[in-house]
Amino acid sequence: MEKSRLLFSGSGGQGVITAAILMAEAAVRYESLNAVQTQSYGAEARGGATRSDVIIWDKPIYFPRVTQANVLICLTQTAFNKYQEMIRPGGVLITDSRLVKNSRKVDARRIELPLYEAVMDVIKNPVVLNICMLGAVIAVTELVRIESIKSLIAKRFAEDFLEANFTAVDLGVELVRQHLGK
Amino acid sequence: MNKNIKFIQGNEVCVEAALYAGLEFFAGYPITPSTEIAEQMASRLPRIGGKFLQMEDEISSLCAITGASLTGHKAMTATSGPGFSLMQEALGYAVMAEIPCVIVNVMRGGPSTGLPTHAGQGDVNQARYGTHGDHAIIALTASNHQDIFRMTVEAFNFAETYRTPVILLLDEATGHLREKIEIPEPGNIPLVKRLRTSVKSGIDYHPYLPREDGRLPMSDFGDEHRYNVTGLYHDMWGFPSDNPKIVYGLIRHLVDKIENNSHQIARFRKHHVKDADVLLISYGASARSALHLVENRRSRGEKLGLLELQTLWPFPVDIVREACNNVKFTVVVEMNMGQVLQQVRLAADMPEKIFLANRIDGELITPTDIRNILRVIQGKGV
Repeated sequence: MEKSRLLFSGSGGQGVITAAILMAEAAVRYESLNAVQTQSYGAEARGGATRSDVIIWDKPIYFPRVTQANVLICLTQTAFNKYQEMIRPGGVLITDSRLVKNSRKVDARRIELPLYEAVMDVIKNPVVLNICMLGAVIAVTELVRIESIKSLIAKRFAEDFLEANFTAVDLGVELVRQHLGK
Repeated sequence: MNKNIKFIQGNEVCVEAALYAGLEFFAGYPITPSTEIAEQMASRLPRIGGKFLQMEDEISSLCAITGASLTGHKAMTATSGPGFSLMQEALGYAVMAEIPCVIVNVMRGGPSTGLPTHAGQGDVNQARYGTHGDHAIIALTASNHQDIFRMTVEAFNFAETYRTPVILLLDEATGHLREKIEIPEPGNIPLVKRLRTSVKSGIDYHPYLPREDGRLPMSDFGDEHRYNVTGLYHDMWGFPSDNPKIVYGLIRHLVDKIENNSHQIARFRKHHVKDADVLLISYGASARSALHLVENRRSRGEKLGLLELQTLWPFPVDIVREACNNVKFTVVVEMNMGQVLQQVRLAADMPEKIFLANRIDGELITPTDIRNILRVIQGKGV
């Protein structure tokens, strides 16, 4: 397989880092792949642009940072403005169509999804926006199976919140299907 | 799904390994980027009958673990640069009183409060020379989670074997990195137990009289034997002495017990070193970037190798000298202004062939940074 470098970005409190950890951990624990996860940590973690790097590969991974992303996920305009230059030519850019207005041209496959709107319509709770985004990332990248991420969510989250999170995963997957016209 | 496989931060690996090694007592003052160690210890230790103490500062933290260790329990503290500075006095005391303990320093950018949330490797010399007076010290490091586990256990083993504080130098980049770790089954890594005296209660016990092999059997403080513990030069009962013969004998013992065993203490990994033309020497997070470059260049036929140091003190002079002698030139990769570079130059027969690739801006050095330095040395331009 090709080495996958994913850069999750957004604003502190959106759960971007949680989503990145879940993605990497699912790859390691359920798909027998190697993964590393790091995060920007500091003044940026309190507002501004938050970032988490994930690399997934079937070979050992040494240098753990993403310098050029195959997949760039931006959940805020600030994050997009800051990290848009890090996408590899020909990579995938996943953004929320309400939160990010793609003002500049990016040399990437652009997947704009109404994640926030869909979450508010269906689940009526913005707290699962990150998990909806994660469902979309998994649908686009196919690096881990949907069942794997759900099993991991079931281990990590309190039972009362599982239904909303599972719905959010499915919603993210569905939005990608609609976008790709499948 | 293998239950022993975890996806956790380097700091959490250090906790798992310390518990595996038999840790029973942790005292600390949480500080970024080591906080997860204290946080996890606070939750884990009480559940297994251990003790966690949050202290008022780092001075008391190290003092508390030396006390706990003397009573017969494996003990550890964790900190970062600013806290490690405060620990230097108690570190010297633990060296002098020969108290086994483990001090984890998850390095960040310094000096002073410096860069709390960014990576650095600037405490290598502080680990060696931070406390005053001639002495020897053991300092270990690691670059990946499996090795962080191993080196943490080794730290406890060396502490018991040589009756000395051992410093584990991790860094922000590996401490906060999440990757796979397979927790070894109990028994897979040998553990060194506390060597206790066989001298019966009521019979004259000499806490500071080394056996022929240099090891000193201990007696749990407050238990069967009464003895004195001091930071002053002391005789075999632990009572203060300024007798030149005793003073000379003790300082030789403190230094020799470690320096004479540097081959037993040396831990390192060789990656493609055998046929290398150009050698990288690195450790901790920097070694990940160095290894990335080595594997990448090897796939293109370039004969690049990496000597990854895991024991930094006592510095593995012979291993470094031999590795440097067999290549055209050597580049030391680290995140400071050349602390290990200095040691490598001292060890090498031709110090003019030892170069530095470093980063001192809080960012993890990248494989490209190292490659650029290699190109400059080789006259290829950047």
